[in-house]
Amino acid sequence: MSIYDFLTMRHELLLTLIAILVLIIDLNLKPSQKHYIIPIVQVLFLLHVVIGFLPGNEGVMFGGMYRSSALTIIMKNILNVGVLIILFQSVTWLKSPDNREKISEYFILLFSTLIGMYFMISSGDFLMFYLGLEIATIPMAALAAYTHHQTRSAEAGIKLILSSALSSGVLLFGLSFIYGTTGSLYFDQVAEVYSNSSLQILAFIFFFAGMAFKISLVPFHLWTADVYEGAPVNVTSYLSVISKGAASFILIIILFTVFHSIAYLWKDMIYLIAILTMTVGNLFAMRQKNMKRFLAFSSIAQAGFILLGILGGNVTGMTSVIYFVLVYIFSNLGAFGVVSAILAVTGKESMDDYDGLYATNPKLSLLMTLSMFSLAGIPPVAGFFGKFFLFTAAASAGYYWLVLIAVLNATISLYYYLLVVKAMFINKNETPIAYFKSDLPTRIGLLACVLGIFVLGFWSQIYEIISSLSFGIVNF
Amino acid sequence: MTGTIPLQFFLVISTLMFFIGVFGFLTRRNLITMLMSIELILNSVNINFVAFNKYLFPQHLSGHFFSLIIIAVAAAEAAVAIAIIINIYRNFKSIDVDKVDEMKY
Repeated sequence: MSIYDFLTMRHELLLTLIAILVLIIDLNLKPSQKHYIIPIVQVLFLLHVVIGFLPGNEGVMFGGMYRSSALTIIMKNILNVGVLIILFQSVTWLKSPDNREKISEYFILLFSTLIGMYFMISSGDFLMFYLGLEIATIPMAALAAYTHHQTRSAEAGIKLILSSALSSGVLLFGLSFIYGTTGSLYFDQVAEVYSNSSLQILAFIFFFAGMAFKISLVPFHLWTADVYEGAPVNVTSYLSVISKGAASFILIIILFTVFHSIAYLWKDMIYLIAILTMTVGNLFAMRQKNMKRFLAFSSIAQAGFILLGILGGNVTGMTSVIYFVLVYIFSNLGAFGVVSAILAVTGKESMDDYDGLYATNPKLSLLMTLSMFSLAGIPPVAGFFGKFFLFTAAASAGYYWLVLIAVLNATISLYYYLLVVKAMFINKNETPIAYFKSDLPTRIGLLACVLGIFVLGFWSQIYEIISSLSFGIVNF
Repeated sequence: MTGTIPLQFFLVISTLMFFIGVFGFLTRRNLITMLMSIELILNSVNINFVAFNKYLFPQHLSGHFFSLIIIAVAAAEAAVAIAIIINIYRNFKSIDVDKVDEMKY
């Protein structure tokens, strides 16, 4: 193994370097200059994103524990783009007097979780997978409790760390039986010998329950709304977009590569969970008055749609999941970006406060409307194609009833997404949120979302690129 | 040394520990005790890994390594959780779960 082989891990190594660099730069800044770190981090991360897109090595390292392929690279790049947008959107909030002392902490914790997700996606072994999962989860709890003098933030932090620790415990219990019955932790070797003995099915169910916690599928979704509401809004957007995206990526990889021999068993399970997740997420989203909580339940419902692609089990299935996550990153970050911009300036996050927003802040309202349309899946924007491909994947595997239920759910979701639009455009308000002008980074972050929503909807090449890299289950 | 105690004994112990941990997590109302329940769960997994490795696959060591890494990660998790619990105590003046219920439904 030569030193150049380490270029295979360029995403991970570079980001680790950036995180350490941020720490060192922060040590050398005076307390009054702490906010200088923000542009430095943005430039460094932008470089990182660009380098991530360069063609690079693929291969296997550390005896198969780490695998890098064109598919994992494209997944990491998708996450990178999302994080870049979040970095821009969080500037206003970071500059507030409360956070002045600990700006760099935010970046370091954010990057640590991202490194964990990289390793999780690239893992070729359950040990590496578990390590990546924990590296991604533990700093997340610290991020959720970031504004430590706020009771809600602390509550979100403890709820996140306790429920995720329990879920990793459940997942590990499943992994221990996978190890006990197969004698290996490597994905390839486990896949070769995995069969349908009772203990192996039990192990798989424990494993899946642990993963379902992370993606917040019903009935493991109970932590989601509280954590999303309590955490600072930029952390929430990270949690709902990047964290969920990474977990869905690795879930689909593991289901397709390791557990494909018992696919006929997990199909029924996922079928039921998909229906539950979509329906419960939608029904609860309807009655929410807090924007963050509303988006939390909407993201639970969206996770249910992701399961449709997994059920497809073929190349279309995997492509549609990756494409949907990509679209979902832009549409959800658009919505969260508006919420974050309004929250940072006015401190308001209730849906009633959005009444009459169009009269005072037309641009923000239009972006919010666009994101809502994209989340609901209305044709001209990208969200429609994301959902369309997911439905295609499920229908191609013969799940017509499930697709019907999903379409009904998409219609229900349209109702509550339009509630927000109605509040902004039609509802009257004596004291609407006054006109304000966001600062430049926030505007860049919001503009990137608009571009993403439109470009992904019209530029079909992206789907084809992902499709050429995806794989399905043979003999499904 | 192996063979004196059958593997099943370890599995029964670890399964009992796992479910005691889950039960404790769901019923206890004190945050520190909930954290202790999670440690029980993780340690039951450790017993599983080490027992499987020793009895079934003694030719390699991946189970031992896995349990070592679980111990390290559990320590990190406990550190962050306790830091947040201290923060909870400062904010709520209590570490009772029933008091930490500002957000519901």
